[in-house]
Amino acid sequence: MIETHVIVRKKQLSPEVFEIEVKAARIAEQRKPGQFIMLSMDVDLGERIPLTIADADTAKGTITLIYQRVGQGTRLLAQLGEGDAIPVLVGPLGTPTHIEKVGAVVGVGGGIGAAPLFPIMEGMKKAGNRVVTILGARTKELIFWEDKFRAISDEVIVCTDDGGYGRKALVTEPLKELCAREPKPALAVAIGPAIMMKFCAEATRPFGVHTLVSLNAIMVDGTGMCGGCRVMVGGKVKFVCVDGPEFDGHLVDFDGLMKRQAAYKTQERAALDHACNLDKMAAEKKAEG
Amino acid sequence: MSHATKEELGAAASVELNKVLASGKALTPKERLALPAQEMPAQPPEVRVRNIQEVALGYTPEQARVEAMRCLQCKTKPCVAGCPVQIDIPGFVGAIADADYARAIGIIKRDSLLPAVCGRVCPQEEQCQAPCTVGKSLKSLDKAVAIGRLERFVADWERDGGKMQPPAVKPATGRKVAVIGSGPASLTVAADVRREGHEVTIFEAFHKFGGVMVYGIPEFRLPKKIVEVEVDVLRKMGVQLVPNFVIGRTRTLKELMEKDGFDAVFIGTGAGLPKFMNIEGENLVGVFSANEYLTRANLMKAYLRGVAATPISQSKVVAVLGGGNVAMDAARTALRLGAEKVYVVYRRTEKEMPARVEEVAHAKEEGVIFQFLTNSKRIIGDEAGRVTGIECVRFQLGEPDKSGRPRPVEIPGSEYMMEVDTVIVAIGNDSNPLIKQTTPELDTTKWGNIIVNEDCATSIPGVYAGGDIVLGAATVILAMGQGRRAAAAINKQLCGGGAG
Ligand SMILES: Cc1cc2nc3c(=O)[nH]c(=O)nc-3n(C[C@H](O)[C@H](O)[C@H](O)COP(=O)(O)OP(=O)(O)OC[C@H]3O[C@@H](n4cnc5c(N)ncnc54)[C@H](O)[C@@H]3O)c2cc1C
Ligand code: FES
Repeated sequence: MIETHVIVRKKQLSPEVFEIEVKAARIAEQRKPGQFIMLSMDVDLGERIPLTIADADTAKGTITLIYQRVGQGTRLLAQLGEGDAIPVLVGPLGTPTHIEKVGAVVGVGGGIGAAPLFPIMEGMKKAGNRVVTILGARTKELIFWEDKFRAISDEVIVCTDDGGYGRKALVTEPLKELCAREPKPALAVAIGPAIMMKFCAEATRPFGVHTLVSLNAIMVDGTGMCGGCRVMVGGKVKFVCVDGPEFDGHLVDFDGLMKRQAAYKTQERAALDHACNLDKMAAEKKAEG
Repeated sequence: MSHATKEELGAAASVELNKVLASGKALTPKERLALPAQEMPAQPPEVRVRNIQEVALGYTPEQARVEAMRCLQCKTKPCVAGCPVQIDIPGFVGAIADADYARAIGIIKRDSLLPAVCGRVCPQEEQCQAPCTVGKSLKSLDKAVAIGRLERFVADWERDGGKMQPPAVKPATGRKVAVIGSGPASLTVAADVRREGHEVTIFEAFHKFGGVMVYGIPEFRLPKKIVEVEVDVLRKMGVQLVPNFVIGRTRTLKELMEKDGFDAVFIGTGAGLPKFMNIEGENLVGVFSANEYLTRANLMKAYLRGVAATPISQSKVVAVLGGGNVAMDAARTALRLGAEKVYVVYRRTEKEMPARVEEVAHAKEEGVIFQFLTNSKRIIGDEAGRVTGIECVRFQLGEPDKSGRPRPVEIPGSEYMMEVDTVIVAIGNDSNPLIKQTTPELDTTKWGNIIVNEDCATSIPGVYAGGDIVLGAATVILAMGQGRRAAAAINKQLCGGGAG
């Protein structure tokens, strides 16, 4: 029953974003859109970090994860290559997305948020919805999986902040246009940085388009045990790891979420500086040897 | 407490012991009552607040024997009735008095599987030691025979002496049992069921085994090593231990039985969902559930700053809300993580506090400041959403409530502010909903506790449950007791139901 979670494929999508395919047969079989895993790089001293399951292959018994090298955990993860095993991997966690035929669905993937968006839009397409995907990032090189989205979407709109690729616009612009167009989408799904999700929810609100967001709260266990991931939704305390990660974007207290996300910034910085030094040392060693 | 060193306490006990042995005669009850109650050697408060090592150091053999000789071996054995698993207490205490430690541990193990744990964390003053005749005769609960310390002594003697033997396992029956969770209830079921020759697999959501004993109760009260040894015994017995496996997510209960072919399942998932007070400011940065605080500190070892990856906030002034063991553990952990001041804010008085008396005493010695008859009204934060203070209000005791405890009533206008940077909410846990959500046919109470009969059987045939998921946040010994009962019923089901 104990599985070794070996990385079978690794690809660098942009300077800080990586895609890995990991052996996890049981999770691959069980996972549904919207769910995530938690992993840790050290059984004894590691921190558990949540990553959405971006894709799965039941035949190969693998799941695909996309992560951005930001904190200490993802930095250590980035040091693993094909053939290496992730010491701790738990999942699938979280409540799956409710997938049904509603008509037209607009998906917004901001930056790394495109990864969790993919299985949801894929599910929505399979359920018979008309699917439009908006992908947004700062620059061209930060856009990924455009081809995969094209394969499952009726329309894909790409936006970059600098206009280097696709439209020069924030994702909220095409989102508003789509909401204003008839037939109006029945559902919007926005996943990305908290601030982007907040503005997407504001964009759809006047049109009365139901909007789902997937929250990236700080988590410790991912099983409902600690309450560290709590967020206010519609005036009630919700645990992102068990009640979510998806919630009605029109009810989420984004400002509260962003403050909690910033909780460990200074310590994380210190840890990062430490990690960067380790990276540097490793690189220097390599160069010497 | 005198704070004599372990050497001093041991030397004094040696003198007493030699006197008794030299007389060569059996002690009279009067002489037994005259023997000095043995103090538990402990790290001095000013030293231990700076480390995470165990506070209580354990009796010396001489101390244990003198303490054991204080037992009157009374016929009525009120202590046995007070023990949730009815250990033959006079039996094992008598064996310690005779220095026959092997016999003593054998007697305990007939009824309890985790004596090294229970000896440390059971609320003995409410259980076996409360009705003790010695304490009654000397008119002080503190003078009751220290049954828990003696239990710990022999359990440590066995473990540290490398004398622990995994129990014998009967020939394989070919039947399979799944155990969900790895707290005390689950560990007990695993051992008892495995003994009968059934295949046992434990599924644990975390990466370490032991449940609350590893992620909740801190190292300074229950060293992780002790739990590890117990888990190792199971491993040696051939129990399969699967970490990072969440039932209800990685696999549902139904799949375990229908796809994976388990003949019976035990659910021991504990009371995992922290409660909050629903007051203003509870989502500010710096407000933690005790579960989060203790998990970061214990399981993820955040106290090893710079080594462990999981961060924990560097607090200066901490307020802990609650009065149970969890609150004491959180408060004392905060001190060890470097907080300058730690308050415990509790609605009632010291007398009503559910925490073990010893923990409260230790907390006080270490400098925890208690604010009794006080409750928090709201938590106040700054622009960045960080905690800066807490508004409290004073209470007085009024008429008794349904539980018979006097009900605390708010004193109008008694609000006051406390400047703190961290608030730890330790007001209890609800049951974890993961299994219920994915197994709707499982009957639960409206609080989510699984409903079981006297055999710990649930509404689904072949599925049993016990521990905190049934009892609500309770104790290690009660969890173990239920584990025992469930294991007996599972063994009966598997043998009676045409094995093989
Ligand atoms: C801080 C603290 C201090 C305490 N102090 C004392 C004390 O001094 N004395 C005392 O007697 N009691 C004390 N208690 C209470 C005692 O620890 C519990 O009553 C006891 O551990 C309950 O045991 P259990 O077997 O029911 O479950 P737990 O010990 O709660 O273990 C449950 C396990 O199940 C796992 N799990 C949950 N859901 C799933 C799932 N879906 N799939 C797989 N695994 C799952 C959890 O990760 C956990 O490891 C304390 C509790 C806390 C939190
Ligand atoms: S991460 Fe701990 S409860 Fe959600």
